[in-house]
Amino acid sequence: MCETTQAVFTLNYPRIQIPFEITLWVLLASFAKIGFHVYHKITVWVPESCLLISIGLIVGGIMHSLHEKPPAVLTSNAFFLYMLPPIVLDSGYFMPTRPFFENFGTVLWFAVVGTLWNSIGIGISLFAICQIEVFGVQDITLQENFLFASIISAVEPVAVLTVFEDISVHEQLYIVVFGECLFNDAVTVVLYNLFNHVAALEVVEAGDVFLDIGRFFVVGLGGTIFGALFGFVTAFTTRFTGKVREIEPLIIFLYSYLAYLIAELFAISSIMAIVICALTMKYYVEENVSQRSCTTIRHVIKMVGSVSETLIFFFLGVVTITTEHEWNWGYILFALLFALLWRGLGILVLTQIINPFRTIPFNFKDQFGLAYGGLRGAVSFALAFTLPDNIGRKDLFITGTIVVIIFTVFIQGITIRPLLKLMNVRKTNRNQETINDEIHKRLMEHTVAGIEDLCGQWSHYYWKDKFMKFNNRILRKILIRDNHPESSIVALYKKLELQNAMEVLDQMSGDISAAPSLISLHEERKNASKSRKKFLSSDVTNMHELLSKNMYKIRHRTVSYTNKHTLPDDITAREILMRRHTSLRRSLRAGSFHGTNAAKMSQKYFSLPMGRSLNSRFPPRRLVHADGDIESEINYSSIRHPQRVSSKAVMPLRPLNTLKEVASSVNTVDGQNEEQRGCRRSHLGSNVSRSGHLTSHLPHGSSRNCSDGDHDAWVEEPQNNSDVQHPLMRRPHWLPQKPHDK
Amino acid sequence: MGSTNSTLLKIPNVEVLMQETGLKLVAEENCLNVSPAHIIRLHDRFKALDKEGRGHLCPHDFGAIKELAMNPIGDRIIGAFFSPGKETVDFHTFVKILAHFRPVDKDRPKEPNSPEPINSRSNKLKFAFQLYDQDKDGKISRDELLQVLRAMLGMQVTDEQLESIADRTIQEADLDRDDTISFEEFRKSLEKINIDHKMSIRFLR
Repeated sequence: MCETTQAVFTLNYPRIQIPFEITLWVLLASFAKIGFHVYHKITVWVPESCLLISIGLIVGGIMHSLHEKPPAVLTSNAFFLYMLPPIVLDSGYFMPTRPFFENFGTVLWFAVVGTLWNSIGIGISLFAICQIEVFGVQDITLQENFLFASIISAVEPVAVLTVFEDISVHEQLYIVVFGECLFNDAVTVVLYNLFNHVAALEVVEAGDVFLDIGRFFVVGLGGTIFGALFGFVTAFTTRFTGKVREIEPLIIFLYSYLAYLIAELFAISSIMAIVICALTMKYYVEENVSQRSCTTIRHVIKMVGSVSETLIFFFLGVVTITTEHEWNWGYILFALLFALLWRGLGILVLTQIINPFRTIPFNFKDQFGLAYGGLRGAVSFALAFTLPDNIGRKDLFITGTIVVIIFTVFIQGITIRPLLKLMNVRKTNRNQETINDEIHKRLMEHTVAGIEDLCGQWSHYYWKDKFMKFNNRILRKILIRDNHPESSIVALYKKLELQNAMEVLDQMSGDISAAPSLISLHEERKNASKSRKKFLSSDVTNMHELLSKNMYKIRHRTVSYTNKHTLPDDITAREILMRRHTSLRRSLRAGSFHGTNAAKMSQKYFSLPMGRSLNSRFPPRRLVHADGDIESEINYSSIRHPQRVSSKAVMPLRPLNTLKEVASSVNTVDGQNEEQRGCRRSHLGSNVSRSGHLTSHLPHGSSRNCSDGDHDAWVEEPQNNSDVQHPLMRRPHWLPQKPHDK
Repeated sequence: MGSTNSTLLKIPNVEVLMQETGLKLVAEENCLNVSPAHIIRLHDRFKALDKEGRGHLCPHDFGAIKELAMNPIGDRIIGAFFSPGKETVDFHTFVKILAHFRPVDKDRPKEPNSPEPINSRSNKLKFAFQLYDQDKDGKISRDELLQVLRAMLGMQVTDEQLESIADRTIQEADLDRDDTISFEEFRKSLEKINIDHKMSIRFLR
């Protein structure tokens, strides 16, 4: 009757069901993530994985009571083809290459040998347990035990890394944990497949075993070579995407995914393939693609990886409640025990063996961190779920895996932070720390970090050097689009200047109010130089807070690379470079300008008072014109009495055009410089100098737009083009002091 | 040991260096106490930094180390390698400066006549002091302190706050009220801190 009439309002659920449900689940997981960060303290003490699992458990409970089944997300295909690649790509792309390659041996050692040790150890012990009749699990064969063991030996570092960052463990430990997890995944999957295959066989012959071992290497190496190949192809492709910037990110993703899929096709290690692909292509791709594409790529990789991870933990919780469990006290508890035990033993033994080969040996604290930080996670879970049904005790294995995961994630995850902090406690008394202490300590930390960077890692430098030569001569020519190296430098420079400008604008109000207080301070100092300022204790606390919040942290680079939940951020580095660049300009300019202009500058942004070069031992006398600028000499008196800082003086922006004038003065420097300039110029092409020295063509036009209003004070200099960039590219303050008349 | 010896011979003036550094196994007193394996490694690093093979390093060789450029006080650290008036660092000086960062040997017998080892607490403190005191007048003036503070602090801190921090620092440490911090005052203010731990690098042990 009503069939022919068109309903005004229809509901067609089945059509959209699948995408709709997927979207809802992802949204739910995202809400969970948002929710955690509302109260910041939670994420500090409880790792995010715990929270996600808990939410999953709750949702699972709800679903169970409603007799709903969870979506069939955890089928083998869905996990291995859709959910795992983003996670691995995320890890691979953001892996810091330099420390990784420096620790490559250790990483591989722990990943491969460690996992083997764990699997075999746990497998054998469990098999021994199985023989004991009391537990009633005699039917589990040795192969099946090995299979289970390989599942529960895959570690996951996310929670641990966050804790490590906060405790600021040293970079070596960090990178070993990170790398170990990555390769560990690959190894586990390979082992899993191996044992799966073996478990299905009735009789295992020695020949099979050798074949399997051989296969192991083929799989691993094959994956690596494949990945490298794809990495280079990607890099090559991006060379030609100059005109089609919008699809650059797409190309990256497609190639990575393709690497993964084709590796799966040949049954070689797809995880290795995608990781190596990401590692190799990153370096070249980031030079070829535009800034925006670069940001997009990073953001998308982070986003998808993060979503994937969230979903997996979430489903862990859900599925825990809704599956049929088979519980066997003895087996499961012993599995847990052995998992912990063998990991601890493994780390101890392996570290003893590898320590002599390392420049920085792992001490006991590091080993504890490594061992205790072995939390199980996503991969174990997925592998357990995708066990084939011909394994008799599949449910038992699933239950066992879930128990191990939940135990490690919750108990170890929550307690590792206080434990590590406890082990880190120094014997010095921490209360009553004076401002002095804080400042000097930080200075010393920076010094040590600097010296460590200076020393580098000696043993691997030779190979790295060789590779860099090969890279520079051959690879870069092929893979990188040649005509834009300067423009990316200019782009970086522009970006930094703009950011500088924005920060100035943001802090404009602060400056205005600071002006009178500077004056009053100055007067106070002049009049009552001997009388001491009285500091209230509240002042002191404020100072402590200021220092602790604003002093640059050491080892920032580790955090920036490996934090799974945020993008790498190089604000600190940029700030330092910007400031250095600005002081450099100041010092160059001060060599030729008179004191009045120098005084007008805001002192805010410089590491030095005006008129001083960065290294005072080499005072910029060389930068002075022959007709002399006495004010350019290090003149303490003028610096100690800063003149009126007007709001207009907040202008680190303006100096760009002044560089030209300085350039001419610098050019009058005598011949010895030529040689120095020459050798420095050879460094122009390399990335190192580019990022370290902010070298670039001066974007004259753009900067002038920024700071137009302030130009009346300055004389427009004649453009002195060709030589202009070169003085900037060196650091004239390093010029040695030629014995002048003094 | 045989292979080490042959590598050692390639290092110029290694005899002199060895005399100063000595071998840890030998009981004679020495200043540097850097073991031969470390010397070889440091030499390799020196050679790697010295890209043009001149046998000495200039400032821009140091500047090429990217991480050092990002260090807030990177330029000061580099500056510490160059003694006043010199523009190059040879291997000898390189090792001597780095020897400051060796962890202190706790069980060295104290002999009254021997020169103080380079990595003693006092020398480490002198190194740190030198990082502040750029004009080498033996005192950290208020401005030098301000410079360092500005280098170590982000841009959110205003000048006023910086100045008050500097004032407070001087006030805490300055015992003879001359508005500067001398080396003795510096040392005294840090007596509670485990300098050995803070200013040592593990792999130079």
